[in-house]
Amino acid sequence: MRNKTLAWRWGGGTIAVILALLIFILPFLFILFTASKSQQEASLLQFSWPTEWHLFDNLAQVIQTRNGLPLRAFINSAVLTVASVSLIVVLGAMVGFILQRRQQKWNSLINGLVLVGLIVPPAVVPTIWVLQGTGLFKTLPGLIFVHVAFGLPFAVMLFRAFMGSVPRELDEAAIIDGAGPIRLFMSIILPLIRPVMITVIVVQSVAIFNDFTYALYFLPGDSNATVQLLLYNFQGQNLTQWGLLFAFILLVTVPPLVMYIFFNRQIVEGMTSGSVKG
Amino acid sequence: MSFPSIRRTAVAVGVSAAALSLVLTGCSSSGSSDSGSVTISYLVDNGAATVEAGNALIADFQAKNPNIKVELETRPPGAEGDNLIKTKLATGDMNSVFQYNTGSLLKALEPDKSLVNVADQPWVSRLDDNFKTVASTENGTYGVPTGQSSAGAIIYNKDVYAKLGLQIPKTWDEFMANNKKILDSGTAAPIAQTYGDTWSSQLFVLGDFYNVQSQDADWAKKYTENKAKFADEPGLSGFEHLEEALKAGYFNKDYATATYDDGVRMIAKGEAAHYPILTFAASALSVNYPEAVKTVGTFPIPGKSADKNGLTVWMPSAAYIPKSTEGAELDASKKFLDFLATPDACKIVSEKIAPTGPFVIDGCTLPDSVPAIVSDMQPYFDEGKTGLALEFVSPVKGPALEQITVAVGSGITPAKQGAGQYDEDVKKQAQQLGLEGW
Amino acid sequence: MTTEIASSGATGTRRSPGPAPAANKRRKKQSPYPNWFYLPAGLFYTILFLVPTGLSFYFALTRWNLFDIEFIGFENFVTFFKEQALIQGFINTFIYAFLTSGAKVVLGLLLGVFLTSQIIARGFLRSVIFFPALVSTIGIGITFKVLLDPFDGPVNQALAVLGIGGPGWLTDPSLALISIALVDIWKGVGLATLIYIAGMVAIPQDYYEAARVDGAGAWNNFWHITLPLLRPATATVILLSLIGGLRSFELIWAMTKGGPGFTSDVLGSVIYKQYQAGFFGLSTAGNVVLFLVVAALIFPLSAWLNKGEKES
Repeated sequence: MRNKTLAWRWGGGTIAVILALLIFILPFLFILFTASKSQQEASLLQFSWPTEWHLFDNLAQVIQTRNGLPLRAFINSAVLTVASVSLIVVLGAMVGFILQRRQQKWNSLINGLVLVGLIVPPAVVPTIWVLQGTGLFKTLPGLIFVHVAFGLPFAVMLFRAFMGSVPRELDEAAIIDGAGPIRLFMSIILPLIRPVMITVIVVQSVAIFNDFTYALYFLPGDSNATVQLLLYNFQGQNLTQWGLLFAFILLVTVPPLVMYIFFNRQIVEGMTSGSVKG
Repeated sequence: MSFPSIRRTAVAVGVSAAALSLVLTGCSSSGSSDSGSVTISYLVDNGAATVEAGNALIADFQAKNPNIKVELETRPPGAEGDNLIKTKLATGDMNSVFQYNTGSLLKALEPDKSLVNVADQPWVSRLDDNFKTVASTENGTYGVPTGQSSAGAIIYNKDVYAKLGLQIPKTWDEFMANNKKILDSGTAAPIAQTYGDTWSSQLFVLGDFYNVQSQDADWAKKYTENKAKFADEPGLSGFEHLEEALKAGYFNKDYATATYDDGVRMIAKGEAAHYPILTFAASALSVNYPEAVKTVGTFPIPGKSADKNGLTVWMPSAAYIPKSTEGAELDASKKFLDFLATPDACKIVSEKIAPTGPFVIDGCTLPDSVPAIVSDMQPYFDEGKTGLALEFVSPVKGPALEQITVAVGSGITPAKQGAGQYDEDVKKQAQQLGLEGW
Repeated sequence: MTTEIASSGATGTRRSPGPAPAANKRRKKQSPYPNWFYLPAGLFYTILFLVPTGLSFYFALTRWNLFDIEFIGFENFVTFFKEQALIQGFINTFIYAFLTSGAKVVLGLLLGVFLTSQIIARGFLRSVIFFPALVSTIGIGITFKVLLDPFDGPVNQALAVLGIGGPGWLTDPSLALISIALVDIWKGVGLATLIYIAGMVAIPQDYYEAARVDGAGAWNNFWHITLPLLRPATATVILLSLIGGLRSFELIWAMTKGGPGFTSDVLGSVIYKQYQAGFFGLSTAGNVVLFLVVAALIFPLSAWLNKGEKES
């Protein structure tokens, strides 16, 4: 019996590790290797160790192509992600706070809207029409607001659920001290819901940084592009420069990887616990 | 809401806001300044060659007209560019001069309402008749050519032909016989197809239009009136050719993933014998394979009968002036159009962009040495055996043709069914344009 | 948690027993939980989600280009369901959604069981399987497009070494959609696994203790304890992957653009193509079809799955 568990523990584990390496790690190694090869070697598209390492050359060259457009795209994506996530967190927390604390007849309506927002896909052309009407089409703020609108339901759901674990007595103590709603929210509630805030921040950052569809529809074009959109266009224009293309893919993979290394637990919690409620 | 003339509120809101955003981003920086000099803006597509040629043209024009300053602006190509052009025109916020397609895409701009009629300009009489048709409506002429014509034809490797002792085919049967010999000899793939770039799959259909027209001179008119269909002969033959060539096994083995660049390479290096494509391939050829400019030639897509074979020709884009350009700006813009019609301007264009075919304005000639792709076309022009592609004689063009021709050329859809699908596809466009009979 | 909300609700009503205007006014001023906190979020949500969604039901009935808009009734829907190329996208959407979510449920469950058992390198395996879910879909799509190239692609080259002639993964019309679905499963199975693991960890050990006293084997344990108690996790995996599968666009667009021909088109890509062609009304009609499909499947399904959860 003991031998059997031991065999399972080591045998099963070893086989699983080998399979995981083959299935899940190899594609990423392929990206890394191809991104590190010279132009000629990369064009063979073989899965092999680079004979010479050109990784930093390739990365530098990608950043500088087309007058530094990729660099600008990274800045755009960073601004987009930070701005959208900040708005989602603050506005979502405000809604989650009231929704959980104050019982009124609208609550079921708001809960319904949250559910609808989680499920229903965006109506593309009418959204563009609205953005044009407000002068926001093809602008970075326009895309930010779209992400806020579509990201809010998820955030509200998480915040509402977490607010349940924040004791009301704390609110009441603050109110007796004469705190208004804004001070109550800012100085009592926000610090207390930090764990769930981090979850929302991390999950939404990854989602928004990786988004392609919304950028394609609402912020098209190359000059003002996000990284995902530029990567997609890059693929069409530089088909023969595989080393550069994969260096670009590598660059786009790094931010989520860094996020994952630092916030492994929050990401996993957010993606699983959040979705369980939906 | 400063655009009261817009017809519908729905559009007015969207459109005026778009105008606002354009103003904010500084797209419309034109007008006259105090010193008597005028600044105009010129909008072109953002292709590297177009931009380079545009800058060179502007430099020369400014040297000749010191009072006029021209600013070059670029726009994205393709569907996105189409939308941008339409939005700018609808909002009255177009640049002083802009470059855009002729033919069906021009018709979609409603030129009589949105563009300045330049029929009274001196250079109009020097325009090639074909070009004049595609840059005009019944009420006026709108554009000056900004490049050369090109053809939808078969480019082929002359070395392969010489080695196997083949003759240029005049009919489809001769063409298929050549393909068989090439296949049997094992020297090269008979026909290059490159569905990695889906647009390149359309040439068997689009380039066959001379043959369609030669069998039924009124076909384009009937087609526009919803009376002729691709699912019937002679329109069907382009789809059938594609199917036959596939079934005979004449395509390169990686046809499903190869790209346009691969196709040019295959012909340049003799890996494939034929490639149905637009002759603007000459520019890719002279940049990437300069050693092959003499070995790659052109012949028209063969049809049913030898004496009715000719080239299907694409007209160049043109430069237009929108109605929103007025006063001193309009005068300067007209001068700029005059300049674009001069042999000097043509010379600059052919220096910057590898020639793709003859110019379409009198007085402009190609340089002495041109790729064989282009010089092979000249006899057909001299003999008058050229006809315009369908998109220049009918406003009806569907967006899904390239997927349909990939499906037919990959054996997913039978030719007849594919042609029928395309007939359905164009219906949407025709209805969108509000044409009679749809 | 539900009970807590209910009780706090009760105190809330007790505090203001009658709708007397004066009391109302005072409460508005004094409430520490003011309704205007809803306002900013509500503005974004209303203007960019509710309004466009509502409008789409009107725009879907129009023919619309940048110059003109014309009411044409249900013609767009007729076109949509008459054109073979568009119908194929409709059918493919279902194939893709059911294939990916089915595979994620089965594989996620198996991997979840495996990764909660006593094996070495558990944490490492969990991280490795999950990571693709965080990577850019476009990056993954381009990478697999290269890996799966029928001639130069490493996958087929590796198969050739083993003496197997690999298929045209993305170019064979009967395979293209399935190949993309496989990549989708590769990317998403880690999340499904983690949801199952979270579900399994939450099962109290008492159940298994009791079962062991009864002499139940591992299989019985799985079948009678684990599986029924994993129902909420299963519901989550199904709902998430089905919603994602029905709306999918990015991966398909990056890998085949719906090709070859129309064989891997789905509703998402059809909507984009119609939009790109300038058929705004038709594109919106496609969007409405997508709403209805998603709503018709997801709302009843989620109600059913959640009802079961409460009963058990």
